[in-house]
Parts: sequence; C-alpha cells; structure tokens
Amino acid sequence: MSWVLSLPLLIPFGAAVLAFLLKDRPSGAWVSVLGSGAMLIASIVLMVNVLAEGVIAGQMGGWPAPFGITLVSDLLSAVMVVITAITALAVSIYALADVRPRIAGLGYHALFQVLIAGVAGAFLTGDLFNLYVWFEVMLIASFGLLVMGGSREQIDGGVKYVALNLISTILFLTGIGILYGMTGTLNMADLAVTVPEVENQAMVTVVAMMFMVAFGVKAAVFPLFFWLPAAYHTPAFSTSAVFAGLLTKVGVYALIRMFTLVFVGDISFTHEVLLWVACFTMVTGVLGAAAQNDFRKILSFHIVSQIGYMILGLALMTPLAILGAVFYLVHHIIVKANLFLVAGVASRIAGDTALKKIGGLYAFAPLLAVLFLIPAFSLAGFPPLSGFWAKFLLVRAALEDGHGFVAFVALAVGALTIFSMTKIWAEAFWTPHPEGKEPRLSQLDAATRWSLLLPIAGLAVLTCIVGLFPEPFVQFAERAAGQLLEPTEYIETVLGARP
Amino acid sequence: MEFLVASAVGVLTAGGVYLLLRLRTFPVILGLALLSYAVNVFLFASGRLAIDMSPILSKYGDASYTDPLPQALVLTAIVISFGMTAVLVMIALGAFLEADSDTIDIADADAASGKDGES
Repeated sequence: MSWVLSLPLLIPFGAAVLAFLLKDRPSGAWVSVLGSGAMLIASIVLMVNVLAEGVIAGQMGGWPAPFGITLVSDLLSAVMVVITAITALAVSIYALADVRPRIAGLGYHALFQVLIAGVAGAFLTGDLFNLYVWFEVMLIASFGLLVMGGSREQIDGGVKYVALNLISTILFLTGIGILYGMTGTLNMADLAVTVPEVENQAMVTVVAMMFMVAFGVKAAVFPLFFWLPAAYHTPAFSTSAVFAGLLTKVGVYALIRMFTLVFVGDISFTHEVLLWVACFTMVTGVLGAAAQNDFRKILSFHIVSQIGYMILGLALMTPLAILGAVFYLVHHIIVKANLFLVAGVASRIAGDTALKKIGGLYAFAPLLAVLFLIPAFSLAGFPPLSGFWAKFLLVRAALEDGHGFVAFVALAVGALTIFSMTKIWAEAFWTPHPEGKEPRLSQLDAATRWSLLLPIAGLAVLTCIVGLFPEPFVQFAERAAGQLLEPTEYIETVLGARP
Repeated sequence: MEFLVASAVGVLTAGGVYLLLRLRTFPVILGLALLSYAVNVFLFASGRLAIDMSPILSKYGDASYTDPLPQALVLTAIVISFGMTAVLVMIALGAFLEADSDTIDIADADAASGKDGES
C-alpha cells in the first residue's frame, strides 16, 4: 500500500537525479519527459486505488500513526497528484523546445522534477511539519528555476519572490510551534481530533489566522499577492506555465485541507474572513489584469483573480461550494498552464510578449489562435468549456447560501476577465504586426513545432472534454467534497493505519 | 528561564521586522535570518523548557526526559533556513552585481530596464 503512495514522489526524485547527471546532453530533457510520463501512470494507479478503496494511508519508516510521518491520499489529494503529473508531462514536452541548451546545462530539468516532487509531496503528506518540508523543497527548486538565466528582470522578481515566501514560511513555522505546544501532535488527522479538545479555543483561532496568512502568501490571495505579478512574467515560458498551474494551487490546497479538517471550530469567524478575502482577491486580480499590457502579466494577474474563486468555494463551506472549489482547482490548473504555453509560442513567432509589439497572429497562425481561444474562453467561463461549469457551480453555491452580493461579484469578475482576454485577442491576434512581420507557425522547424503545440493541444482537448462531459467530473468532485466535509474516514484511516 | 527565552524571541523578532522593512537587500537578508532564529528558538520552546534532562528515554526507568520532537523539528528547520538564506544571498548578490546597488526594486532604480511594455 505504501508503494502506491510513495511512487508519485519517488519517480520525480529519481528522474531529477538522472536528469542532473545528463544535464549537458539532450537526453536529459527526455529523462524529464519519461519521468513525468511514469509519474502520470503511478498517479493514475493511486487514483484507481483511492476510487476503489476510499482513503489510503501509509506510514513512512514504519512508526504507527501520530508518531511516524504519514502519507495519505483521499480523492482530493489523488486528483491533485494526477493533475500535477498531467501538467508536468505537458510542460516537460514543451520544455524540449522551449528551454535553451545553456539553461538546460544549468540543471533546468533536474530542478523541474524536484519541483514536481515537492508539489506532489505537499498534496500527499498527512503531517504538518512534513508539509513544511515539502513546501521548502518546492520553493528551493522554484527559486532556482525562477532566476535561471539571470536576466535583470528575473533577479528583480526573484528577490521579492524569495523574501515574501520566506516570511510566509516563518509564519507557518510559528503556527506549527504553537499548535504543537497546545496539542502535542502535528499529524493532521490527529490534530483534527485533538484541536477541538484544546481549552484555549481563542488561541486556536489565532493559529488558524497565522496559517491563513502563511498559506495565503503561497496561494497569492489579496492583500498578499504582490510577489506573483512581480515574478511570474520573467522566467522561461515552460517555467512560468508550471508555476502558474501548480505553485499557487498548493497554497489553495493547504488552505482547503487545514480549513476543512483542523480549523473548523470557529467557522463563523475564519470562513467569514476567507469570504471577504475571496471577494477582494477576485476583484483586485481582475482589475490589475485590465491595467496590464503584457501577455504574461495579464495572465499573472488572472491567476490572482481565479484563486479568489477557489477561496470563495472554501469560504462558503457548503457541500456544493466545496464541490465547486475542487472542480475549479482542477480546471484552473489545466487552463492556466495552457495559456502560458500559448503565450510562449506567440512570443516565439511574433517576437515579444508586450502586446503593443506583437500582432497578426490570427491572420498568419490561425491554429494558434484557436488554441488560445479555447483556454481563454474557458477561463472566462464560456459554455460549454470547463470554466463555465466551475463558475456555474460556485455562483449557484453562493446564491443557495444567501450570498447574492458574492455571486454578483463572481459574475462581474467573469465579465471583466472576458474584457482583458479580448484585449490580448485584439492586440496580439487581430491587429497587424507593428513591424509588418508575418508570424507564421511554419517559421519553426517541425520538431520544435510539434513539441510546442502538442502539449497545448492536449490540454485544450482536456478542457473541452471536461466542459462537454461534466457529469462524471462533477460526481467525482462531489465525492471528494463529501470526504472533505465528513473527514471521519480520513481520520480513521490515518490513525488506524498500520505500516 | 522562561523570561529569558521569551525575551530572546521578542528581541530577535523585533530586530528582524525592523531590518525587514528596509528597502535594501542586505538588511532584508539579515532581518530574515534574525526572524528565522526567533522562530527556531520559539519552536524549541514549544516542547516546554526543561533543564538537565536528556531528550531520550533512559534505559534504567528514570522517567525524567524532555520532549525530543521539537529538537528534531528545530534541527530540520535550522538546516532548511540556512539553505534558504544561502539561496537568498546568492540571488541578492546577483541583483547587486546586475544593478550596482542593493535596493529592492532594481527595475525602478534604472528606468532603462522598463522594456516590458509598461506604459
């Protein structure tokens, strides 16, 4: 049973070591692709197991539950690991053509795999301190990827990214310290049992707020998101795609996990705060996007705005809302990573990411235009794409819960999303290129074209499938939400699990 | 003992926050280092303070031992924060060499780098 849980972590670590040894050769990039492929298979095996048997838990090192380090997977963890592997596969194929040999020689593919391992570890761990360690694994790898290449902008963004994330880490550790002092355990399932028994519930709420801020920085919620637009538009496109897809979502996942499992004692306060945070995040993100004139900067601000929707689902805390949040999480990872990949191709053939400096993509690269429209419309919430169902579920949850104003904000933000997407569309695709260039896909040689467009097309197809056949996905998200809101199975599996 | 540890954490945090609010990378790094020391001491104290007790169970049935877990946690946290500080120093050094100044916003310090289409 442990193997099913640990393989999605061991494979990327193994691939990282191999890719590092082969970093000066082209085969290093292929190791990364193969590693991601193997991880996808392992994560699907995990998913099948979780679907068949319910929550799976395993103890690393053989110590029983509250003492050893627990790896645990319920449906949410399993689906997050699967989607991580899908993103990793898409981006590693894209990286074959996107990452220059000089950057690859610095160890790009090895760091990429370490990052994936860190993300998967954060999704699978059942121990709070272990979560901290996975966060750090992920962050060290992401720092490396972020400044790799060392341009002026990259370093400027990197300093802010590192400093703010370290502050969040410090808060997280302080929260862990207080929690351990009060309960004597850091196992999440054990915490779910012991935290309600703590006498000083006010202190528990204080710790909850510390975790909210710490994870909030990672998830880039209002008012803690400033590091994100400062950094995400600077590195290689494959890097920013995987960052955009996965990193902030780890923060969201941690918030969902902690605020459905452990910190549920004072919902009227904590989740009310989350609700306001969600609204402000949605609005500031989308307004920030409307003010930008760079392909990737617009997309970066959209990440912030979309994070708001997921937090909204968590804040409402009804079954339908959690369902919506889970659905949104999965949909968003696919779509957002894809948009950054499209931005990479656009910049490659048109010469820049500044919208004023590019154009003519619709006339000369219609295939790319279609591949942009699918994720862009999905992000904005057009039926029948996946984003429509995600928004529909959340807005309905808000209305059912009597939060008409919140539902209105969510819809208005959706409309503004369309506005900034049409801005990209008009400037980059419709207007002719300012320098009279003809940005054709045929400029790229065949191998490059395939490795750039294949992952984009794959992710776009995935978006369409989720959009056209939402039923099984919604049912799945419903089961996942059920497990989150009724965590007895999770707790019993972890505490009863034997090595 | 408690007073000593508590005031150590307090002083380290205060110094760390003060340095963190400077707009230059060198003080910010020092501030982050101080803050992580503060957290490490705090984490250590979360297992209660005990004097002259070993963090392992004695073979001879002597029940006086102190909680080993926070010590293990602190050890991990020290190693990680040390590594993080090293990474941050490298990045900040890169920024300093790139911009000839250690202000946080190197893009603002030099308008020439505003090539990213901001209008």
